[in-house]
Amino acid sequence: MNMLRTVRVALRALGRNKMRSFLTALGIIIGVGAVIATVSIGEGAKREVEKRFEDMGTNLLYVRPGSQLFRGRSYGGGSVQSLTAEDAEAILEKCDAVQYVSPSVSGRAQVVYGNKNWNTSIYGVGDKYPEIRKWEIEEGVFFDENQVRAGQKICVLGSEVNQNLFEGADPIGQVIRIQRIPFRVVGTLRSVGESGGFWNRDDMILVPYTTAMRRILGTTRISSIDVSAVSGARTAEAMRQIEDLLRIRHKIAPGAEDDFNVRNMADIAESAAESRDALKILLGGIASVSLLVGGIGIMNIMLVSVTERIREIGIRMSVGARERDILFQFLAEAIVLSILGGVLGVGTGIVGSMLISKFADWETLVSTWSIILAFCFSGIVGIFFGFYPARKASKLDPIEALRYE
Amino acid sequence: MSSNNNLIQLEDLKKVYTVGETKVNALRGVTYTIREGDLVAIMGPSGSGKSTLMNIIGCLDRPTEGKYLLEGQEVSTLDKNMLARIRNKKIGFVFQTFNLLARTTALENTELPLLYSDTPGKKAKEMAYQALAEVGLKGRELHMTNQLSGGEQQRVAIARSLINNPPLVLADEPTGNLDTKTGNEIMDIFQKLNREKKITIILVTHDPEVAEYAQRRIYLRDGQIIKEENE
Repeated sequence: MNMLRTVRVALRALGRNKMRSFLTALGIIIGVGAVIATVSIGEGAKREVEKRFEDMGTNLLYVRPGSQLFRGRSYGGGSVQSLTAEDAEAILEKCDAVQYVSPSVSGRAQVVYGNKNWNTSIYGVGDKYPEIRKWEIEEGVFFDENQVRAGQKICVLGSEVNQNLFEGADPIGQVIRIQRIPFRVVGTLRSVGESGGFWNRDDMILVPYTTAMRRILGTTRISSIDVSAVSGARTAEAMRQIEDLLRIRHKIAPGAEDDFNVRNMADIAESAAESRDALKILLGGIASVSLLVGGIGIMNIMLVSVTERIREIGIRMSVGARERDILFQFLAEAIVLSILGGVLGVGTGIVGSMLISKFADWETLVSTWSIILAFCFSGIVGIFFGFYPARKASKLDPIEALRYE
Repeated sequence: MSSNNNLIQLEDLKKVYTVGETKVNALRGVTYTIREGDLVAIMGPSGSGKSTLMNIIGCLDRPTEGKYLLEGQEVSTLDKNMLARIRNKKIGFVFQTFNLLARTTALENTELPLLYSDTPGKKAKEMAYQALAEVGLKGRELHMTNQLSGGEQQRVAIARSLINNPPLVLADEPTGNLDTKTGNEIMDIFQKLNREKKITIILVTHDPEVAEYAQRRIYLRDGQIIKEENE
């Protein structure tokens, strides 16, 4: 029997019991669909992260206290608080590969304007912060060096805070209360929109770090220092200079562990890549398990099917079907079933990732390689799990089979 | 008798089954010859070995001892695949319970053997239409098995058995599940095939009325032939 005929005969046989065939393939459909959808979420997340890094520039460095790597911002009352504002000044003075520095502190506070109340993040930063981070001012101005030194009670609003407190009215020159302390609004930030996950750039207020430390948070230590190097090329040099300087200032003996860490974008991108790869392996694991389950389902149903069709097998043998004819017939049914399941699974996965993208507002990206991989795997599952039942069918004795009730 | 006319030669055929710990002697030495164009009835009570004999003649089983020559060729020692080939080309089966595939049309049932003889699809369909016409089922080719009466199903089975133009047709109690009138119709078809097309037909039956259709009759008991009748 040639290939095409075998497939047609298999389809005909599967068509005789459409409901059962569908239920059998369901395991594969769900497994493949889940793979496609989850891989698309992973690819979408990857693309988003890449886009954000593109915005940030390659000459950015972060100095944080503690040799442990903190994710995001370090929290206020932590056990290791070894950086000071003086460290930041020293870095600016003594490291010639460094262009700007901005010490940072952060916390949350209750903000009031008129009868509007809002709880938001307060970031205390230096006057050069927007230049370092490449953020844009929408209205008004950012604070200057003198204002920072004087610890003036001024602030710059993120676009979401602005909208919530002022609802479109002009905020410049108005006074809001942060933790009951009056602050004058001098500027607003341009809106960036949801950047998915980590932190909402529009939901924050920037104040001079001096003011934040003295008035709002009541601390003498800073959480981090944002640094920009004079150029991308000299970033590594800047990093070394900062490390050397801080070791001297913090009196760290040679060979002892640093009580700070300096990271650049490449490091962060690398750890993001690592977690992405970990995610891929996890997804691969889930996919394998679901395909395995789907394959076991196929094998079970095919075994039941063989038992139910013992008479039929006997009839076929009596008219001249050889062992291998029966083997191929049942194997073909299993393979056709699993590939059809793969096709439906791909369709389900694509629809699923579109729905997720719509409702969860995550970006998803269906990749060609995942579709091809899913197909190959479903074919292999069909062959592997269909073989045992097919072999069992082919080894039946025709006389016994014909007698079977 | 020249061996050219002998379709089947059975020489001292023996068959032993092992059921658990016991040995069952189903056939204890059967010797018989069947010529081309014969219509033979094999009769006997249950346990006489007539099913076993039928299975061996039909190449579904092999004898433990003895020889079986089909068209002069020794088939008793052939392997399973060769036996399947022979079943496909040289032997047609008709069963008491019809043994058609469920949820399948009369046409597809009829062309089933052609699937295993590598006949191209279009030709197979033509041959099946013709075979069904010959057994009087013209117009019902696309009916499903469950839409056919018992007599019609058996006709489909006969059409199927003839599709590859085999020299031999084996019928195991072909009228057992049919009423008298339909049973006679079926036997008439067998008779017609035997007389007009010279197809050798072997019937297994315990119904004397059915046995009347045969020119030769053998009676089995305890695995041996105890009586032969020839007309």
